[in-house]
Amino acid sequence: MARMKFLCDADRCIECNACVTACKNEHEVPWGINRRRVVTLNDGKPGERSVSMACMHCTDAPCAAVCPTNVFYTTADAIVLHSKDLCIGCGYCFYACPFGAPQYPKVGNFGSRGKMDKCTFCAGGPEADNSKEEYEKYGANRLAEGKLPLCAEMCSTKSLLAGDGDVIAQIYKERVSKRGYGSGAWGWQTAYRENIAI
Amino acid sequence: MAKLIAQLRFIAGALALAVLVAVAAPTSAPAQVNPTTSAVKEQQLLNALQGGAISGRVSIPDQKSGNLIQPGGRDWRQFHEVTLVWIGAIAILGMVALLAIFYFWRGPVRIEAGRSGRTMLRFNGFERFVHWLTATCFIVLGLTGLNITFGKRLLLPVMGPEAFATWSEYAKLVHNYLSFGFTIGVILMFLMWISVNFPNATDAEWIKRGGGIVGKDHPPASKFNAGQKLLYWLVMLGATAMIVSGYMLMFPFYGGMTLANIELATVFHGVVAMLFVAMILAHIYLGTLGMEGAFEAMGEGTVDVNWAKQHHSLWVEEEMNRGASDPKAMARPAE
Repeated sequence: MARMKFLCDADRCIECNACVTACKNEHEVPWGINRRRVVTLNDGKPGERSVSMACMHCTDAPCAAVCPTNVFYTTADAIVLHSKDLCIGCGYCFYACPFGAPQYPKVGNFGSRGKMDKCTFCAGGPEADNSKEEYEKYGANRLAEGKLPLCAEMCSTKSLLAGDGDVIAQIYKERVSKRGYGSGAWGWQTAYRENIAI
Repeated sequence: MAKLIAQLRFIAGALALAVLVAVAAPTSAPAQVNPTTSAVKEQQLLNALQGGAISGRVSIPDQKSGNLIQPGGRDWRQFHEVTLVWIGAIAILGMVALLAIFYFWRGPVRIEAGRSGRTMLRFNGFERFVHWLTATCFIVLGLTGLNITFGKRLLLPVMGPEAFATWSEYAKLVHNYLSFGFTIGVILMFLMWISVNFPNATDAEWIKRGGGIVGKDHPPASKFNAGQKLLYWLVMLGATAMIVSGYMLMFPFYGGMTLANIELATVFHGVVAMLFVAMILAHIYLGTLGMEGAFEAMGEGTVDVNWAKQHHSLWVEEEMNRGASDPKAMARPAE
């Protein structure tokens, strides 16, 4: 089994936000929730870079560790998924997540956040693959159809890569060696405790 | 001739212009562009911010999603999953063990002169209502709060995931809403008992003589002895810490709160809660098992006169003096 990862090549990202839009549309994500977003660093200054960020599906995920009801599980592809049926909306996963991935449908006053929602790597949830229940709670399960996450599949500059960690790391290494520069695999050190040696 | 002068003037003008342009804008041949020379680098930012969050601009309304990487979450995880669990286990189990040892070594504090059969009013109906309002809220808040830290370790394997999730969801709601009852109780308790809780010379004497808990000595005390006054002020401090940090968590990100503030609030809330629970366990012990005749004070509101003379001699004197002029406050016979 592959170890699925995301990699955003910040030197290619043009901040078009198409990944954000595609994700929202594919999974019919409710208003106010963004499973993926594009953050622009050093906005308007020399060296500006944009990074598309969602759940990184961490090794030894902090969200899973702090969850008081143990709703998280890791698939054979090392994708971190959760059960909305068991979620109590306490917000702890958001406090622990290094990437701000967990999202809640409501603001959270009086503890009324609702069930947590986050990027599933287009792999659905604990329900039967591509069932109606799974789609309503977690969105499309593209992995079960043999497809990769839509955000990366339709990225116009192929900045966002998703798939087997070894394969996308190799693609990134080749790019960097060819063009002579690279601002690194954002979040890899934090999520996987490893970086791409260039 | 005029034509020549015009031509010369034109050449001179062109030369002057060329010189001017050359001086004003020194020609710069476009150097080899290296995009990485000024690109932001993750490791540099992480080092520069020393654990602070890397954040930028986002074009969606939720501005806190501008935090790209916040490594602080890892420290919070370490606290919540390791440190707090140990603090809680040591404080609570340690206190239970201490009280058990104390009970078997010292035994309950008896009424030495035996029951007199005469009782006197110690806490009126309002005082008892406020006490039990706060106490009920505290016990429920304590159990539902401990569930967040210890539930998945102790209850989840027994209850199974579905039942545990349902219980935890209700526990969370109850925890949020009973906080209001607790807050009202603590405020009333603060106002109701502050006048009799200021430390004075009697308390210094009481502490010097060991309070009568350890030995057989019974130093004089007014309505509240030094130990009770200490409990009162610790409850006020602890409750204030719990209430402030608790409401911060109940209204997350309100009023410019950052994620770091909220993480700090949960740390504060958790640590104070564990110590608070341990302290109240000692209070419950002294009010029930640990002392004969003490529970009645908060139960029926009256205590035996001999109990009062033994533990709160100055208070009995005050009441007796007051009773001489006010027959309602006089010690009354048991019905």
